[in-house]
Amino acid sequence: MATETHPLLAHHFDNLDQQRESSSLAMWIFLVTEIMFFGGLFMAYLLYRWQYPVAFHAGSHHLNIQLGGFNTAVLICSSLTMAMAVRCAQLGDRAKLTLFMILTLVLGFVFLGVKAVEYHDKWVHHLIPGLHFQWEGEGGREVQIFYSLYFAMTGLHATHMIVGAGLIFWLLPSCAKGKYNADYHHPIECFGLYWHFVDIVWIFLFPLLYLLGRH
Amino acid sequence: MSFHISPVRSYVGVFLALMGLTAITVFVAFQDLGPMNNFVALGIAVIKASLVILFFMHGKYSTKLTKLVIGSAFLWLLLLFAFTMSDFMSRGWLGVPGK
Repeated sequence: MATETHPLLAHHFDNLDQQRESSSLAMWIFLVTEIMFFGGLFMAYLLYRWQYPVAFHAGSHHLNIQLGGFNTAVLICSSLTMAMAVRCAQLGDRAKLTLFMILTLVLGFVFLGVKAVEYHDKWVHHLIPGLHFQWEGEGGREVQIFYSLYFAMTGLHATHMIVGAGLIFWLLPSCAKGKYNADYHHPIECFGLYWHFVDIVWIFLFPLLYLLGRH
Repeated sequence: MSFHISPVRSYVGVFLALMGLTAITVFVAFQDLGPMNNFVALGIAVIKASLVILFFMHGKYSTKLTKLVIGSAFLWLLLLFAFTMSDFMSRGWLGVPGK
């Protein structure tokens, strides 16, 4: 089909290539604002870690490295299935696109389930900052700062995962109907950029929160 | 149409590299390298993030304008970290007159 007269070409674009490039640029600009938004939290973490290294080491010892590592692997798998979903959309493979989107969704829920187990563990051990926070030993106030940052950063990350899962539910019907092909696939591509971005945030959260000070 | 379709081989290769780097970073975390532990952990995270951006997010195949936007984001992030930390880390270096 001529790309200048495609039914899915918005009137303000010259052709489908321009439309696709514009949306991926716009998605990246949105992700830049997200990088800045998470960047503020990373800055706070860096500064407090530098000020209270002992308390941050002690606090991170209570995090479960097996669960954190497992979740890292789950997210990397979900990034692979997402990349494959974009590829299938580009090739117009309706069945495989739907399958990879569902796999990505399932892996996202596995991640959130493990996160819920970890949060529950912190609840049971009174490690949630606030009135009921309990800490045996020195530096309870500083450890509470560590846990405030832990919940703010992983909570914001989990919120992004939940939004991503919602977006998959929204995109799935059009995937199953075969809306995406070589001419028109930028909605899947832009969603893929979002999903990979959320993976990148975790790639930094895992070493910062779980691994540093482990030795 | 002018867009890049990556072969499955390249996606699987990046996936295996990410999994391998995760295993290495967990292993290194249990070794005592002094302050080097922090640099190794963050260095590996930067390599992993770069792989995701270049190959999974097609950063390598995007237009020059998109590449500029991606690069500028990380430049500004580094400015945020560098200026804030240089302020806090240098506060004790000089005595304050009258204090």
